[in-house]
Amino acid sequence: MPEALRFLTRTSGRTQLDWTDWLSYVYLVFGLFLMFGPVLWIVMSSFKTQSGLSDFPPTFLPYGQKTVHVTGHEARLPLYRVKKPDGSTRELAELRRIGLTATMIDPAKPDEEMPVNIKDREKTSELRVATENYTELFGKLSFGRYLWNSVFITVVATLITLLFNSMAAFALSKYRFKGQKTVFLLIIATLMIPPTIILVPNFLVISNLGLLNSLWGVIWPAVATPTGVFLLRQYMLTIPDELLDAARMDHASEWQIYWRIVLPLTAPALAVLAIFSVMWRWNDFLWPLIVLSRSELFTLQLALNAFQGELQTEWNYLLAMTVITIIPVTLVFAFLQKHITTGIASSGVK
Amino acid sequence: MSHRAQKDSDQARANPLGQALTWLPRLLEPVMRFAQRVLGTRRMPWLFLTPNLLIFGTFTFLPIVINFYYAFTGGVKLFPSERPFTGMENMVTLFDCRDYFNPSTCRKDIFWQAVFNTAKFAVLQVGLMVVFSVITALVLNKKIIGRGFWRGVFFYPVLLSPVVVALIWKWILQSQGVLNGLLIGVGASPTEWLTSANWMFFWVILVSIWAHMGFYTLIVLAGLQAIPKDLYDAAQMDSASPWRVLRRITLPLLMPNLLVVIVLALIRAVQIFDEVFVLTGGGPGTATTFLVQFIYQTGFASEIHLYGLAAAASLVLAGALLVLTLLQLKITRGGEIRNSDAEGGAGHA
Repeated sequence: MPEALRFLTRTSGRTQLDWTDWLSYVYLVFGLFLMFGPVLWIVMSSFKTQSGLSDFPPTFLPYGQKTVHVTGHEARLPLYRVKKPDGSTRELAELRRIGLTATMIDPAKPDEEMPVNIKDREKTSELRVATENYTELFGKLSFGRYLWNSVFITVVATLITLLFNSMAAFALSKYRFKGQKTVFLLIIATLMIPPTIILVPNFLVISNLGLLNSLWGVIWPAVATPTGVFLLRQYMLTIPDELLDAARMDHASEWQIYWRIVLPLTAPALAVLAIFSVMWRWNDFLWPLIVLSRSELFTLQLALNAFQGELQTEWNYLLAMTVITIIPVTLVFAFLQKHITTGIASSGVK
Repeated sequence: MSHRAQKDSDQARANPLGQALTWLPRLLEPVMRFAQRVLGTRRMPWLFLTPNLLIFGTFTFLPIVINFYYAFTGGVKLFPSERPFTGMENMVTLFDCRDYFNPSTCRKDIFWQAVFNTAKFAVLQVGLMVVFSVITALVLNKKIIGRGFWRGVFFYPVLLSPVVVALIWKWILQSQGVLNGLLIGVGASPTEWLTSANWMFFWVILVSIWAHMGFYTLIVLAGLQAIPKDLYDAAQMDSASPWRVLRRITLPLLMPNLLVVIVLALIRAVQIFDEVFVLTGGGPGTATTFLVQFIYQTGFASEIHLYGLAAAASLVLAGALLVLTLLQLKITRGGEIRNSDAEGGAGHA
């Protein structure tokens, strides 16, 4: 075997694909299927009607049962292909069904009702994209409310994060003062304390501050991120101090130096932090779950969790809602993928 | 203001991101000018630090202290002054076992079940995930067409929220789901994945690997790219087989990076909660109940809120994390704060 391997690798020229390359591409295509497949499946499923979702085995494309409008009946009736005893098939619409027998009518002759054993019929389906799963969301389930809560938390928390963290990073990178090192170490130390281990006392703090069942109760604990301070400080260290001194000569205030000079020059690092912050806050689950118990304050994540836990889950709406939740993250991914991946690779921060 | 600085800040204000960044500080300008007059320039850095430190103090350092207080007091009241001091009672309750290797002999059998589940999960998930991450990183490090695209492919699930991850897989695994559909398609018999304890544990591991692998792949990839190219050139001169190159050059040189990845992944794994909670609710039975879920249920979700017991369990979790963090610091050679430390124990900031 090693002989064979050596032979294979030796024959491959620089431009020619060798066997490891082929194996790599097979692996990558398999990975593509595995990583995107589940997401694609949920997107396809979200366009199926309730009845299309209950089809088993499931189809890839959204098929729904054909319905027909019959004079004398207000609602559209589901269509079936019925096998008659003489071997012929007819398309009939179902009026009602009791046990194993369905009462069906011919759409062309609405007066003539006939009993059909449900074994003798099958659904007629057609390709139907159920966009109503999406459009009805806003009326039903107060989806707009959840969307607003999520957007509010994400946007406000990110803005405050950028402001507070850049202020701290500015102090830690552009000044020399007593206790500076201690403060920096203290902030870095908070990295070692994950929110999961201080849930109970944080709950007390939040309720003492009157922030229980308030969106601000989710925002405030999240806005001081050690990761953000660290990221921005490292970046600000590269800004030459002469710029600041020159501005001081011109009687600029410290605050002006911060936002007119340092902040604009930190824009690339701020952008990375903004992307991270948006993802963190949009995806947050455990802390909002504890702070927000009133359903009108639910974020999208909490609403999704609540609906999937219900006894009669309406999967067609749940799937549509899931897809909408994925959209912003996917957009961030599509346009900023390079920033995120290089950001992570160089800082080890997620 | 100097000419160049003026130009830089003008440039920043010209683009929309810069504009969005500067309107907030601009509003604060009068306040801060006043503050500088009162405090003096020398105290300004502290003013800049105040908001951050205030929040860290309120939502991180203060809670750590309170957590200890909770762990040593009993009752069901939230406010510390109404809680009777009970000493080690919570800890004793948690650790009251006749046989530590058999959770059903413990007073808090669910706690021990959660401890064992968490340990089992952490070892299996991290072990498998590191293997897959290394394989993927090795493939991505080759001269392949569209490397950026492929890197993105494996990274994409990392961005999805835990709730979404759980729902995606719940939809696939349900008894009328696509997985059973495919199984029937190839002639196999369908399985009730969501109600089988063993299968569910397997899927929880697989799903969490699916969701987090891309992140670790990137870190391993960065490690691979740091290996000097001339080593590979030398290996090619000697016409060493790919397998030999991997064993003699790549893996040994990747080891320090890999150790960091393993510890980081372990720190995350012992805190597993969100996606499993939504996917399985801890079930079937207690098959996928992990430590954080025990804390959440004891403190918040059950009818009687046993804050003391939850806080005590938090201390146990904190102990495990402390050991892992110290291990990480030792690996990254302590003192100096390196980039990889920024990840720390937090995972999410």
